[in-house]
Amino acid sequence: MEKLLGEFSFGLFIWQTFIVVGLLLLLRKFAWTPILNAINDREEGIRSALQSAEDARAEMQNLQADNERIFKEARAERDGLLKEAREIKQKMIDDAKDEAKTQAAQIMMQAQAAIESEKQAAVAELKQQVASLSIEIAEKVTKETLADDKKQSQLVQKLLKDVNL
Amino acid sequence: MKKKQYISAILLVFSSFIALATDVTIKDEKKSADLKSEIKAYIRHHLEDTHDFSIGSYTTDDGKKKYIGFSLPVILWDDGLVTFSSGKLKHGKAVHKVGPKYYKLYHGKIYRTDAEGTISYDANKKVINYKPLDLSMTKSVVTMLFTAALMFFMFRSLANSYKTNGSIAAGVGRFFEPIVLYIRDDIAIPNIGEKHYQKYMSYLLTIFFFIWFLNILGLSPLGINVTGNIAVTFGLALLTFLITNLTANKNYWAHIFWMPGVPVLMKFVLAPIELLGVFIKPFSLLIRLYANIQAGHIVLMSLIGMMFIFNNWLGSSLSFVLAFIISIIEVLVALLQAYIFTILSALYFGFAVEEH
Repeated sequence: MEKLLGEFSFGLFIWQTFIVVGLLLLLRKFAWTPILNAINDREEGIRSALQSAEDARAEMQNLQADNERIFKEARAERDGLLKEAREIKQKMIDDAKDEAKTQAAQIMMQAQAAIESEKQAAVAELKQQVASLSIEIAEKVTKETLADDKKQSQLVQKLLKDVNL
Repeated sequence: MKKKQYISAILLVFSSFIALATDVTIKDEKKSADLKSEIKAYIRHHLEDTHDFSIGSYTTDDGKKKYIGFSLPVILWDDGLVTFSSGKLKHGKAVHKVGPKYYKLYHGKIYRTDAEGTISYDANKKVINYKPLDLSMTKSVVTMLFTAALMFFMFRSLANSYKTNGSIAAGVGRFFEPIVLYIRDDIAIPNIGEKHYQKYMSYLLTIFFFIWFLNILGLSPLGINVTGNIAVTFGLALLTFLITNLTANKNYWAHIFWMPGVPVLMKFVLAPIELLGVFIKPFSLLIRLYANIQAGHIVLMSLIGMMFIFNNWLGSSLSFVLAFIISIIEVLVALLQAYIFTILSALYFGFAVEEH
């Protein structure tokens, strides 16, 4: 212990304390504070960069999901549109068919009516012709057998029977 | 091929050492008995702080001792400031006159003497000459100033490199940045805690690099022994002590004087023990660093000295290998002691700001 105390140099102690305290203050101002700040800033930067990368990835995933969804929707819409178009086509065809049918029926009916009226007209004309023919026949017959009443009536009966259409 | 080159290089170094050893013995044949005591004196001299910066000495043919190195300023307080170059003291062989006073260097200390430089002793062989307050810029002071300047420029350039290099360290800072981070993440934060560690960071970083650089410089062939000096380690430990106790919170003092959670009688028993602990903690710091570095230097120099004592192929080679291995271990110890000093300081700061 005595040797230790003998070795102790007060002057060196004073110098040492001044040097270390001075160095501490100088380094704190000019080195440690800027170094630690720079390291902290860098670490903060790395942390935020990692965080933003993570965020970007999540966003990317969201986007991808969105894309998927939009794609699906588009496909569904396309399918819908196609289906609708097909339906419209079918409907148009059906409508056209229906219309054609009704129109055909109408035409048929008109035709039938026309035929009927033609037929009526023809019948009427025929009747007229028959009548005139009958009168002619009657004339001729009358010219021959007007003398015989019985025969006359028989003849009329027969003629009438023939005329029945 | 390369291995062979290494081996031959080592052998060359070996043989030159041996040659040197034989050379020394031939010259000092008469003194060979004194070799051991000479080495002992040399080691003791090395461990002391000196008033000049000399890396070695040799004796010329006409018996004069020459020193390789340079003088440093001597600053004394002896009823006023007294300054002169240490060269005037001629390594204790001359008396220097300043005004009416005479000064002489005796065993590393400057005493006031008479014109002839008489040193008087008391009954216990202690020097009774007046010893003025010595504030000289000794070898250790110069080394510390050099280390401080080196640290300042190195870490200043590291700090600047962040600005110029886009937040990435450049140059020598690339080596030191991970160490700074290690001190922050593995020494400061675990021991002090996230909340308070910042205010201690500057001190921890400063002492870690200061002690480490000085320890490494101590292993250089310049013959420096700063951290193996009790005054230096005392100063460092004192700073840790002051910072611990000046920044301590209420809880810390409560644990010393009125330990919570124990019976009242135990509180009275524990208080003096805890109070003693306040002083023992920094005291262990100063002794640990001092003793480790001092012991390392003694062991290393003794092994180097043994090469000259053995003075034969086998012994000297073995001593050399041993000295070489110890040197490598000392490099590790240099780092380890800086680390231990720093981590224990951080631990004490942690006690001071601990919250419950």
